[in-house]
Amino acid sequence: MRQLIANYKRHKMIYWLTLPVVVYFLIFSYLPMAGLIMAFQDFKPSKGFFGSEWVGFQHFVDFFTSPNFWRVTRNTIVLSLMELAFGFPAPIIFALMLNEVRNRLFKRTVQTISYLPYFLSTAIIAGLIRDFTSSTGPISTTLAPIMGKAVNLLSVPEYFRAIFISTNIWQFMGYISIIYLAALTRVDPELYDAAKMDGAGYWKQCWHVTLPGISSTIIIMFILNMGQLLSVNFEKILLLYNSAIYETADVISTYIYRQGILSQNYGYSTAVGLFNSVIAMLLILGANYVSKKYSETHLF
Amino acid sequence: MQLDRSIGRRLFLVFNYLFLALIALICLAPMWHTLSASFSSPVELNAHRGLLWYPVGEFTLKGYEIVFKNSAIWRSYLNTLIYVVGGTLVGISMTAIGAYTLSRRYFRPRNVLMLLITFTMLFNGGMIPNYMLIHKLGLYNTAWALILPTAINVFHLIILRTAFMGIPPEMEESAKIDGANDLQIFLRIIVPVSKASISVIVLFIAVMHWNSWFPASLYLSDRAKYPLQIILREILIDGNTSITSAGANPAISIYKSLIKYCTVIVSTLPVLTIYPFIQKYFTQGVMIGAIKG
Repeated sequence: MRQLIANYKRHKMIYWLTLPVVVYFLIFSYLPMAGLIMAFQDFKPSKGFFGSEWVGFQHFVDFFTSPNFWRVTRNTIVLSLMELAFGFPAPIIFALMLNEVRNRLFKRTVQTISYLPYFLSTAIIAGLIRDFTSSTGPISTTLAPIMGKAVNLLSVPEYFRAIFISTNIWQFMGYISIIYLAALTRVDPELYDAAKMDGAGYWKQCWHVTLPGISSTIIIMFILNMGQLLSVNFEKILLLYNSAIYETADVISTYIYRQGILSQNYGYSTAVGLFNSVIAMLLILGANYVSKKYSETHLF
Repeated sequence: MQLDRSIGRRLFLVFNYLFLALIALICLAPMWHTLSASFSSPVELNAHRGLLWYPVGEFTLKGYEIVFKNSAIWRSYLNTLIYVVGGTLVGISMTAIGAYTLSRRYFRPRNVLMLLITFTMLFNGGMIPNYMLIHKLGLYNTAWALILPTAINVFHLIILRTAFMGIPPEMEESAKIDGANDLQIFLRIIVPVSKASISVIVLFIAVMHWNSWFPASLYLSDRAKYPLQIILREILIDGNTSITSAGANPAISIYKSLIKYCTVIVSTLPVLTIYPFIQKYFTQGVMIGAIKG
């Protein structure tokens, strides 16, 4: 403590400059955490945090026993796993393919076009998806011969996941691939020569030189993805879904939105949010732990 | 054997080029379709099925005429501009100053603070407590509700802090001898030296504000304050094109999809025109983030 005071006296300016930043995190990050006590209250805005009735774990019990629990948890997990299985490797494969291209003009053109979708806003992207998959839209009418007739694809529960994941890939693949392309340029070219000397063919070089060369980048991206996993780009879902496809499209975050903001069940929706945050934190810490144990790479 | 491999390799390369060209086409096609549709004649457009590669029917600017006449779009454009400029100014100042003080080795509490800040990436209060907070702070229905809560992104802070820590201390020595204080060192040495990484973060924050719609839908109740993305949501998602017509056109239902396409083009035009110039910086920004990892 005394050292801290001495440090303050010597570098007052630094402390005062940091003050707004500290205040910012206290108000906008830590105060909402304190607000999580609503999860254990029958929170009424008129009565406030201290006047509202305490209900213990009732909201959690209600959530876990409600039919919505299984639906939103399952949808969140399924969309997350699909995102991990298809969305995560897509930019890696795209970067590896681009890396094989020797024609620089072609490479740059493809690359520049590929991150165009990233710059479109969620509202525009959702608008385009709805337009393209409507019963008169280009995608629906193109698929019509296969499916019998052109239908609004976003009104059929079975199609939502495919639409959501494929458009996610469309949106983010090019942009994320920049990171992997940068990592690929740092792979030592001598390693390829050495592998060729040992008689390694193209696929063996890819497996034994290229992939290990970018593995630490892949692991870091994986851990970061784990942290984002449960939030599943829910702002996009909010703009795409409708009650006809809740069966596959309703996730934890959209459920919190409807319960909390639209129906004003503040206590209950805070409890669901807390459940979501805790699982998300465990996922990222778990991924970090595993990667720390089995490789040199970790985030924390 | 040797021959086999080279044939296989050639086949692979041909396939590779074709596949990449296809990906580029898929990335471009929706925007191209929208652009073509926005110049199409409304009757032919409504009758058309499938992707458009060129405008159908008689070339027309009618859709743009209707969109440009619409005051809601212009006002929301202006609002977005205010939120982007305000949000970016507040955001980059807070982020850069935080990154600076937390990069000083002589600032004793910096590790503890860094830990507390990093923790907020792992765990947060979530949607409802934040919503309550905005109400309690009296920020509801004000521009501050969009600007303040997102002012500092921890990722950006870490990226800038890493950049600042990489600046050799010798560069500050002469300023210190001249008696410059910490703020002067920040403004005169650190900021000019780190221009590249700071402008990347400025871009990240600005694009984030430009594209953001969810906070505005939560925290703004006054239509006159709506940003462009909320108006877009009304037109594109809720299919509410009537706000664009203001009762001027009885045949408005014919124009419905034309208006949608024109609105998309009008609202993405600024981003698409600066896109070729900024995409290079974005590439750099992503790489700064990656190298840190």
